[in-house]
Amino acid sequence: MSVTTAADGIKEIGTPLSDGDVESLRAGDRVRITGVLYTARDAAHGRLLPLIEKGEKLPFDPRGQIIYYTGPSPARPGDVVGSIGPTTASRMDTFTPSLLGLGLKGTIGKGYRSQPVKDALRAYKGVYFGAIGGAGAVLSQFIKKLSIVAYEDLGTEAIRRLEVEGFPAIVVNDCHGGDLYQDGVKAYAREGA
Amino acid sequence: MRDVHVSAITDAVKKLCIEANLDLEPDMLRAFDGALRRERSPAGKQVLQILKQNAEMARTRRIPYCQDTGFVVCFVELGQDVHVTGGGLDDAINDGVRQGYTEGYLRASIVRSPFDRVNTGDNTPAVIHVDVGPGATLRIMVMAKGGGCENRSKYKMLTPAEGVAGVKEWIIECVKTAGPDACPPLILGVGVGGTFEKSAILSKKALFRELGSPNPDPQLDALEKELLDRANRLGIGPQGYGGDTTAFGIHILTYPCHITSLPVAVTIECHAHRHKEVTL
Repeated sequence: MSVTTAADGIKEIGTPLSDGDVESLRAGDRVRITGVLYTARDAAHGRLLPLIEKGEKLPFDPRGQIIYYTGPSPARPGDVVGSIGPTTASRMDTFTPSLLGLGLKGTIGKGYRSQPVKDALRAYKGVYFGAIGGAGAVLSQFIKKLSIVAYEDLGTEAIRRLEVEGFPAIVVNDCHGGDLYQDGVKAYAREGA
Repeated sequence: MRDVHVSAITDAVKKLCIEANLDLEPDMLRAFDGALRRERSPAGKQVLQILKQNAEMARTRRIPYCQDTGFVVCFVELGQDVHVTGGGLDDAINDGVRQGYTEGYLRASIVRSPFDRVNTGDNTPAVIHVDVGPGATLRIMVMAKGGGCENRSKYKMLTPAEGVAGVKEWIIECVKTAGPDACPPLILGVGVGGTFEKSAILSKKALFRELGSPNPDPQLDALEKELLDRANRLGIGPQGYGGDTTAFGIHILTYPCHITSLPVAVTIECHAHRHKEVTL
């Protein structure tokens, strides 16, 4: 098991993730992720799709891995990375089920996912984490190493391999149908909206 | 006539772009503190605390508040007694954007064409709106507008019969559909009236008013307060994790309109509300 619960109640996650790891996570769980994340957003997903359709090898093996939807700002000299918060996940919805089908276990972003993505999380045992959108300066502290894996010509949209330590996130959609956004509104909506 | 050389404009825009992305304005910092006092949700409170910490880290470590350092939207109020010398106004502004984004380690987020999507590499061009009026000063207002929230901005042509009640429902609907995608707590810029494009431009310009300041029109002020209260009853909360702080503010600008029309444009802005201005 690479999911354990720390003394402060936050779940410590080590990558890569197994089906069992994913099953142990529930919507609303706060997590710290240590290990490897791959970055990919719109343009990179656009290049992965034809490879997936033709059954060709991807620039990284998605099995057990987590994709972080982000395009970092440039690093200042001496820094690992610039600002690196999540981008809106729904723009990747059309690509996500097929990546989960290839063994991808997690995605990190912000905002709603489509029903087909939620269904695929259940079918393939996957999890969608939320990171705090717009907290790019704070989140940069958790990135210890960065290297470009593919599509360097895409600039900020290139696929990067990040080594992270204690990257903070929260489970938004789990593999059991749980949805933090729905639970949150249910808990805090008041009359008169 | 008063001469203003383009180099002064370029230098000013460069500085505004860098500072907007690194130093959040005091109105935003006050909004975080105010929301922390009212927010009931522990998850919501934690998000607000991290965002405050993020603003502090951006300021001290000179790393952008958000990795999406925005599309530069520039409103210029050009006094008609100002003579811009040494080149064109738009070129001067775009040179400032180019220098600011390159030298400030800010992200290049603009593609040269919506179809071929090749990044211009220096975040140019800006979107520039110029108003000419009396006077001999040049006021430059710069916003670094994030793409995620911009994508949730909406437009609707209502009928005059739908009236203020229809406008209210539409604005609340816009908050709901923006939800967690647009990085709440949100700020809404609303343009009502004018033509199709006039209301959209007003919805952007409305965002430059200081957050927490009253609308100068008492009726609009009451409308803004009512809508903000309603938005914060939706339960969406900071980042959509549930809570009482879904929006920090709703700013409305209006313009006369045609007897057939009631256009309403809503620009959705995230908590990374990066705006700066200077008068030359």
